Amino acid sequence: MAGLHKSDFTNPVINWIDTRLPIFTMMQKEYGVFPTPKNFNYFWNFGALAMVNLVIMILTGIFLAMNYQPNTALAFDSVQHIMRDVNYGWLIRYVHQNGASMFFIVTYIHIFRGLYYGSYKSPRELLWMLGVVILLIMMATAFLGYVLPWGQMSYWGATVITNLFSAFPVIGPKIVTLLWGGFSVDNPTLNRFFSLHYLLPFVLVGIVFLHIAALHVVGSNNPLGIDVKSPQDTLPFHPYYTIKDSVGMCVFLMVFAAFVFFNPNYLGDPVNFVPANPLQTPEHIVPEWYFLPFYAILRSVPNKLLGVCMMFAAILVLFVLPWLDTSKVRSARFRPIYRWVIWVWVLAFMVLGVCGANKPEGVWVILSQISTFYYFLHFLVILPLLGKLERPLPLPESISQSVTGGRGGGPMPSGAAAKPMEKA
Amino acid sequence: MADSPATTAAHGHAADVTKRDFLQLITAAGAAIGSAAIAWPLIDSMNPSKDVLALSSIDVDLTPIVAGQGITVVWQGKPIFVRHRTDEETKTAQATPLSQLLDPQTDKARVKPGHDQWVVLIGICTHLGCVPLGNKPSDPRGEYGGWFCPCHGSQYDASGRVRRGPAPTNLPVPPFAFTTDTKIKIG
Repeated sequence: MAGLHKSDFTNPVINWIDTRLPIFTMMQKEYGVFPTPKNFNYFWNFGALAMVNLVIMILTGIFLAMNYQPNTALAFDSVQHIMRDVNYGWLIRYVHQNGASMFFIVTYIHIFRGLYYGSYKSPRELLWMLGVVILLIMMATAFLGYVLPWGQMSYWGATVITNLFSAFPVIGPKIVTLLWGGFSVDNPTLNRFFSLHYLLPFVLVGIVFLHIAALHVVGSNNPLGIDVKSPQDTLPFHPYYTIKDSVGMCVFLMVFAAFVFFNPNYLGDPVNFVPANPLQTPEHIVPEWYFLPFYAILRSVPNKLLGVCMMFAAILVLFVLPWLDTSKVRSARFRPIYRWVIWVWVLAFMVLGVCGANKPEGVWVILSQISTFYYFLHFLVILPLLGKLERPLPLPESISQSVTGGRGGGPMPSGAAAKPMEKA
Repeated sequence: MADSPATTAAHGHAADVTKRDFLQLITAAGAAIGSAAIAWPLIDSMNPSKDVLALSSIDVDLTPIVAGQGITVVWQGKPIFVRHRTDEETKTAQATPLSQLLDPQTDKARVKPGHDQWVVLIGICTHLGCVPLGNKPSDPRGEYGGWFCPCHGSQYDASGRVRRGPAPTNLPVPPFAFTTDTKIKIG
């Protein structure tokens, strides 16, 4: 049996607890002195921002659930009740509603950071895959949550998305009936969607914990994409990155607040102000903006099963990305071709988003087909070949040498480090 | 903190310590105020919402209630006893000496002038919140002809004053007024 932990804390209460359950030592190790590459740029804020966002969503969600009724006869009105009657209900709901969009903005940038700087490459493959799991669960949670206000878009979004599963041969229709708990989207569907929408964020918390645990084993990537070689390449997480994350968080909260207070419905669809009507599909049905690229992929294929498979594949391909990219160099900074190719992929993703927002007619069909083609071409053909063909630029010897401009080995860390960080 | 010679020279040692302390205090205070500002809307959302507050008054028609009968109406989710006392019950209540009461209060103070026969009470036992029996003539009314709480045996007289414990105080009288001779507004 293991003995008591030997705690270094001088405060007697903290020491007493820490001796028996070393959480203070753990926090000190993982968030206090944790050695972190000293050349982070602001792209490295977005993981922390996503976590803050998750907390905001869970908090506001708990208070919304106190006033929401998951019943087809009451749901729409109970949301209006929250907006009009509940104290600060408008604020809590608008924060939750816009928080979903903010969560996806932050997460998409976080993913882009990973793609650009090669954060998915060895030894961070599992860390990356856990991230893809987080993305999938986030998407499921966002979809389930969007159904709850029981407006027209909620209802028809639920109908269309659940019907995706009907594409699978033989078992498809049975799966759909199982999802619905009936023969159409109805009260049992709404009840279970509410239950799962409440559950999944806590599953997210668990997987985020694993994501961070994995991160703290392999350590953070950095804008140069080279490994940490000595303590001179790092800074303690606190205060350097707690402060840097706080700066980013202030900006993030300002953007968030701008949406909430000045244009809370900008990202929403006005059709969802109409109560759900199972007998009338809205004229133009679109998902929320963060699903548009995937929606465009779905519609670009004129075959039901294939379209559904492509849509799922668009995310599942990320799982194998660490093995599709054959280049050993992580950061796009030292990959003269990849640093352009990745932007073309981003462009294709954006074009898909625009296509998803427009009716699938004329030029939009062609555009979404081209973009879908490129989306997969990038992962399945360009990345495997590029690793072999591209000639990377010479990598710097160390992070320290790079950020101090060759003066390496100067006064360390507290004095000299503050300025070079901004240069990175 | 092991400052390098350069930083110590730039800031001066003593000044550096106070400045840092000050900044830390300001940061912590700012974070505390911010957290409180965020917490308040969430906490306040649990207070009664506007539609609940809108139900703060009700009208009760007294004409169907015969002498000796009481009815129970709901106001703010609480049972309100409206009892039409017989002349005899009113006289007994008025004649009870204050020295016999656990929570001394005159009957006059608990009814509206000119409407001595009507008692309006919040029908929640002041002990632990049960609803006492006694509105219907067939209910047990206790030894004092008022209400009897089935939970722990507290007894109230026809004025709603506690006569036997464990209840500590009289049944409270809600704010109410006669809008006409046969109608009251509670709340």
